[in-house]
Amino acid sequence: MDVVPGVDPRAPLLEVTDLHVEFRTQYGVAKAVNGANFWLSPGETLAILGESGCGKSVTAQAIMGILESPPGYITKGSIMYRGVDLLGIPEEQRRKVRANRIAMIFQDALSALNPVYTVGFQLAELFRMHRGMSRAEAKRRSIELLDQVKIPGAKDRINDYPHQFSGGMRQRVMIAMALALDPEVLIADEPTTALDVTVQAQIMGLLADLQKQRNMGLILITHDMGVVADVADRISVMYAGKVVEEAPVYDIYARPAHPYTRALLESIPRLDMKGQQLNVIRGLPPALTDVPRGCAFNPRCRYAKDACRQDPAPPAYSVAPHRTARCHFFREVLGE
Amino acid sequence: MSDPNAITAVEAPSLQPAGPRGRRGKSSDKPRSLAGDAWIDLRRNKIFWVSVVLVAVILLMAAWPTLFTSADPRACTLANQHGGATGTAYFGYDFQGCDVFAKTVYGARNSIIVGIMSTLLAGVIGLFFGLAAGYFGGWVDAVLSRGVDIMLGIPFLLGAIVLSNRLVTEKSDGVLAVTLTLGLLTWTSAARVMRSAVIASKNQDYVAAGRMLGATPYRLMARHILPNSIASFIVVLTILLGTNIASEATLSFLGVGLKNDAISWGISISEASPYARVATEPLVWPSIFLAATVLAFIMLGDAIRDAFDPKLR
Amino acid sequence: MFRYIVRRLLQMVLTFFGATFVVFALTFANQDDPLQALAGERPITESQRLALTERYHLNESFLTQYWYYMKGLLTGDLGTSLTGQKISAMLANAWPVTVKLALLAIVIAATIAVTAGVYSAIKRGGLFDNVTLIATLVVLAMPIVVLAPLAQLIFGIKLGWFPPTATRDASLWDLLLPALVLGSLVIATELRVTRTSVVENLRADYVRTARAKGLTRRRVIWVHVLRNSLIPVVTLIGVDLGGLMSGAIVTEKIFNIPGVGFNIARAITTEDGPLVVGFVSVLVIIFLVVNLLVDLLYAALDPRIRYE
Repeated sequence: MDVVPGVDPRAPLLEVTDLHVEFRTQYGVAKAVNGANFWLSPGETLAILGESGCGKSVTAQAIMGILESPPGYITKGSIMYRGVDLLGIPEEQRRKVRANRIAMIFQDALSALNPVYTVGFQLAELFRMHRGMSRAEAKRRSIELLDQVKIPGAKDRINDYPHQFSGGMRQRVMIAMALALDPEVLIADEPTTALDVTVQAQIMGLLADLQKQRNMGLILITHDMGVVADVADRISVMYAGKVVEEAPVYDIYARPAHPYTRALLESIPRLDMKGQQLNVIRGLPPALTDVPRGCAFNPRCRYAKDACRQDPAPPAYSVAPHRTARCHFFREVLGE
Repeated sequence: MSDPNAITAVEAPSLQPAGPRGRRGKSSDKPRSLAGDAWIDLRRNKIFWVSVVLVAVILLMAAWPTLFTSADPRACTLANQHGGATGTAYFGYDFQGCDVFAKTVYGARNSIIVGIMSTLLAGVIGLFFGLAAGYFGGWVDAVLSRGVDIMLGIPFLLGAIVLSNRLVTEKSDGVLAVTLTLGLLTWTSAARVMRSAVIASKNQDYVAAGRMLGATPYRLMARHILPNSIASFIVVLTILLGTNIASEATLSFLGVGLKNDAISWGISISEASPYARVATEPLVWPSIFLAATVLAFIMLGDAIRDAFDPKLR
Repeated sequence: MFRYIVRRLLQMVLTFFGATFVVFALTFANQDDPLQALAGERPITESQRLALTERYHLNESFLTQYWYYMKGLLTGDLGTSLTGQKISAMLANAWPVTVKLALLAIVIAATIAVTAGVYSAIKRGGLFDNVTLIATLVVLAMPIVVLAPLAQLIFGIKLGWFPPTATRDASLWDLLLPALVLGSLVIATELRVTRTSVVENLRADYVRTARAKGLTRRRVIWVHVLRNSLIPVVTLIGVDLGGLMSGAIVTEKIFNIPGVGFNIARAITTEDGPLVVGFVSVLVIIFLVVNLLVDLLYAALDPRIRYE
């Protein structure tokens, strides 16, 4: 059953090209995403990494098509899903792509679940609205799903409300909800940030298992380099609305090609560097209403030269096969 | 309560750094800049100016009715019954042959007197009970909250009918009785605002931090929170002023408010409505004046609230 | 849920005795001559005086008086009015039309308030939103003593669209104009609370989730957002009922509808104290009971309270 006409199963799973998103507010235009590029294949995990406000969540919302508009507008670019540009299809088809083909889980499951409906209702709703199932059938499937995300006593908990679950269990409910309709792409926006460290590991493990079972493409949005190292295949580092570096996870940890990535890595506290001063990145990310000319990172960059302070911004240099970096001096960064 | 001191403490420059706020320098005069922002907002708000002008005219009318009319509202001759507009009787004459315009102008005084006095009374009771409940908490709060519950258990007008009936004496014009009635029955919203403001301020992180740094929570509350809650307190009272004026008219209309020759828009409406088929003006004009007065105070309160709390817009 | 209900019931019992005591005390306490206070300025005959003394047990202690008053209220014995009629019979005669009027007013007000509130929240800042905001402000500022006579004058008398008065057996159509007037008392607050609540809820995270689930916009708003937004609106119903009772006194007086409010208004004019006190006491009890029901409804709507 095809929710969108024109889908080509042989085309790449997801390809985001030159995506631009801006927010038009009374205080000015904030350019949240300024040309994001990345792709995703089945079974693969792509981590989108960056500080808060770098545009990673906005990118995710643009892919889902749930950007609040106004004030948010996609001004340029394309989001290709299996050969279909999601930005070019009618809203009714777009709606059917959500949850059916591309699903999303959010950071804070307590506020992301509707407080006045039972977990069962919120799960069954998906089957009833998208698959036209009867209430009984939808309920049976919902219990199965809760079992799959390893919620103990799923049958009894189906009539509980979100606030009756613990944080970790709630996030499992969120995951169950996202996986209900067997999507091909799952976007997880900071899925473990609100949880305790031990629970974080369990949730990430569960996600990884489910992804393997279903051969899903997973986009993991996070600011936590530790989480990324364990589960990601490739990493896209975002800064001020741009993907500044994209590379396989091993390469990026071994030899970052962008000064920002490098600074991020150096700012992770490490046990073998006990007693030494931690390298923090000087300054703050730019306000999105006023992004610096040239390379947006130049005011905080120790490699910055005159070329970095002038337009045009550095292009995506090909550093190695399947590897790009938006830095004029990537060779220096790599070689140091 | 030594509250007046607390409020003046806001105006006086502080000699000691005030806990965590003092360190951030400029932000220590935040209450004032909030009021400043609100004033800038207010100045641009058309509704604010419309209500200010309306309120000014009504106050003028209440204070010096002779500026508007030279006629005596009590000089009625039955020969003029339901007569049309003549000379300065712009709105014609009512059933008893009284000058409708003069009577309407003179009606402002009682409305304003009852409105302001009852609102002040409600404000004082509300301030006192609200501060006590919020500050002492515990059983004081429990008792006062149950008291408020009981007050709210009686629909307002029903309580007012019984109370006003009880307070009004045979010969008086009822101004004092209605003022007391409204004041005693409408303080609950003012008390609630103060109570929650005090409780919220007690739970603020920087109040807790300040307490650890040795500042008394009372002083922190007085300096940082009360000025902000005063704004919402004033808003509540401004709106209450409008609704109390409406309530006075309603009580007078029903015959348990002003009486014995007192001039009130409520009485005028009550007298004119059975004759609405014959003469509309004695009904319409007091109605318009009453509605405009109530509207003016409610709009004023609304505008001030919007200025202090832009996110509600 | 059980604990919640028990707590509410206890609170209600307290409020119940408090409120009835206040009404009772206001009427009888510290009166030089409570009988004259009941009868107002008109002279009372010796037989009336005797009947009233017996009725209100005026020769016994204050608390005993209160006890008999409460007993009467709870057993449906409301005594007789100064005109010699049984108050309970008068009430039985009067309440059907008032209930009809009030229900009509509530239905009209709630329907308009919720629909318009949701639409102005969705299109906030738009033309519809601004027009409704101004309209609610004007309606909010219209005292019922202005609205009722003016509506009767304009729509009942001048334009003749509606019958300007109604009888005891009035049809819904006869009651429509007074119900609109009465409903306008509560419509503005209900609309504003709905709007604010929907605006807040539209920003909530769960709305984003609902959209990410591929639900239609209609379902997101009318199922997910509305259920959450109605919680504060429902709590208004209790308060609103008090407003409606007050409004009914004026509205029924103006439109000559022989209901409960009309009787109270007439009793005030004829200074029939027992009648006023009897009717007011019953209304206070109804008000308290409805508020209890609203609290329970509130719990049904918000599971976070139910499982407290």
